[in-house]
Amino acid sequence: MSDPLRNFLDKTKPNFQKDGAWSKYFPLFDVFENLFYSSSRKTSGITHVRDGSDIQRVMAIVWMATFPTMFFGMYNLGYQSLIAIEALNAAGQEFTKDWHWPIIKLVSGLNPNNIFDCIAYGAVFFMPIYIVTFIVGIFWEAVFAVVRGHEISEGAFVTTVLFALSCPPDAPLWQVALGISVGLVIGKEIFGGTGKNFLNPALTGRAFLYFAYPASWSGDLSWVAVDGYSAATILGLSAESGYQFLPDSYSWSNAFLGFIPGSIGETSTLAILIGLAILLFTRVASWRIIAGVLIGTIATSYLFNIIGSETNPMFSMPFWWHMVVGGYAFGMVFMATEPVSGSHTNKGRWIYGIVIGVLVVLIRVVNPAFPEGMMLAILFANLTSPLIDYFVVKQNINRRNKVIYAER
Amino acid sequence: MLEHYLSIFISSIFIENLALSVFLGMCTFLAISKKIEAAIGLGIAVIVVLAITVPLNNIIYNFLLRDGALTWLGFPDVSLEFVGLISYIGVIAACVQILEMFLDKYVPKLYTALGIFLPLITVNCAILGASLFMVEKNLDFGESVVYGLGGGVGWALAIVLLAGIREKLKYSDIPDGLEGLGITFITVGLMTFGFMSFGGIIL
Repeated sequence: MSDPLRNFLDKTKPNFQKDGAWSKYFPLFDVFENLFYSSSRKTSGITHVRDGSDIQRVMAIVWMATFPTMFFGMYNLGYQSLIAIEALNAAGQEFTKDWHWPIIKLVSGLNPNNIFDCIAYGAVFFMPIYIVTFIVGIFWEAVFAVVRGHEISEGAFVTTVLFALSCPPDAPLWQVALGISVGLVIGKEIFGGTGKNFLNPALTGRAFLYFAYPASWSGDLSWVAVDGYSAATILGLSAESGYQFLPDSYSWSNAFLGFIPGSIGETSTLAILIGLAILLFTRVASWRIIAGVLIGTIATSYLFNIIGSETNPMFSMPFWWHMVVGGYAFGMVFMATEPVSGSHTNKGRWIYGIVIGVLVVLIRVVNPAFPEGMMLAILFANLTSPLIDYFVVKQNINRRNKVIYAER
Repeated sequence: MLEHYLSIFISSIFIENLALSVFLGMCTFLAISKKIEAAIGLGIAVIVVLAITVPLNNIIYNFLLRDGALTWLGFPDVSLEFVGLISYIGVIAACVQILEMFLDKYVPKLYTALGIFLPLITVNCAILGASLFMVEKNLDFGESVVYGLGGGVGWALAIVLLAGIREKLKYSDIPDGLEGLGITFITVGLMTFGFMSFGGIIL
């Protein structure tokens, strides 16, 4: 025990334990200790312990799996914005410079071909969003942990990072704070915290903002971090005139690699696939859900391709386009596979995935109110997942009953 | 023609869901959604009753109540629309009563399965609401059959989904003040987020 931090923790721990002066604030101490040392508590009672994986480890893996798309997102945010600035300067147009501007001047140049400039510009926009989300999110988690006496769960770390990544680059910070508050408190904490909710908390907050403040959470003005610069999303353009007539910069490969405007973390399918590989390799995400989503998407988009429509160009969009645009990959990999709000049975996971896959294409194609459907598709599938599980379990019971009665 | 009926059916299930879009029938919706099986029973009862009463009220509206409907009796200037509300609810009550007696006599199994739900939904505002929407939308007889059926299916879907979620919430740790109806209200509110995905579809 020569470790000074360990010594300090050991010395202060009694204060937070049962009869200590600050026993109420044990969750705060606990999360701080767990940040540096693995928990000393062991499972007791009759359990099937398969390995040392716990919530903390699972959540840390998900958190790390978002890193590729987070860093690419920052780079792309900067890249898109710097190109836009270059275009505006070339045209001699002025644009409003908000409070980000002095910081940008300090840390980065304005050359879109310089990777570091792009990342710095992106970071100046992304980090405030993430920091606000993180502080507000952890604040609520801590308040509920202290008042209700549960632990501060690492789930909040994942929720906050996913929420921050699903924000548009230009998101006003007070709305970000409001959104994560709604997502964590209404979506999760009032049901009792991690593992007790039925909707994905990050998506709940995102959906709340989407409906409450549509001006800054959808539309053409929000996707590039330059005030007043309008950039239509691929889905918006395709809904208007068809994917065949997209401008050159919106090629399929650009959409796959992620060089398109969009929410911070959702643009690069490639970076998200790296995250997916991590999640599948560590078996945190269920491959059945992913497969279900893919099957549902492919089948439904083929169906629409065959039906065809003269008035709605979205009918002709093939599935490989559906998969690289909008929040499809991000939602499928990080939101749909969330273990709590998804189905819990293996057969149920297939169905749950297929429901998402079908709905996302359905909403994108036939619903003119929402060009993007991933968020709503997952939320709707979250609603159905308890019912799916119920019927799967019931079917199993019936099957076994039959076997038992047959034996008698 | 088929397409037209299909679009009425789909929109009455998802887009204008009686429970989650117009919030009708809340009392039974919140009260009988603790168990999936009970919710399925109630849902079926609502489907049956709606599929019968909406077309029935449609006939009554078109041939007795609406402006000029009594022409076939020789009264072209008479409009009985002011007794609409009371006739609809009377028709619903009578119809449910007859249905109950019929089931009791001929399909006792279904009768015991539906149990208290049948008389209960006589006073369910979703049932009356569907009839009133039918009048407002000016549907003809065929459309009203489809609308009644679709409205019932939509309501049943909503209550079964809610029951599924509430069975899952049994394992949740809900603050004391919110237990019971409080959390159910919030749950229903959150469910409408999911159903928003269909709002705005124009069929």
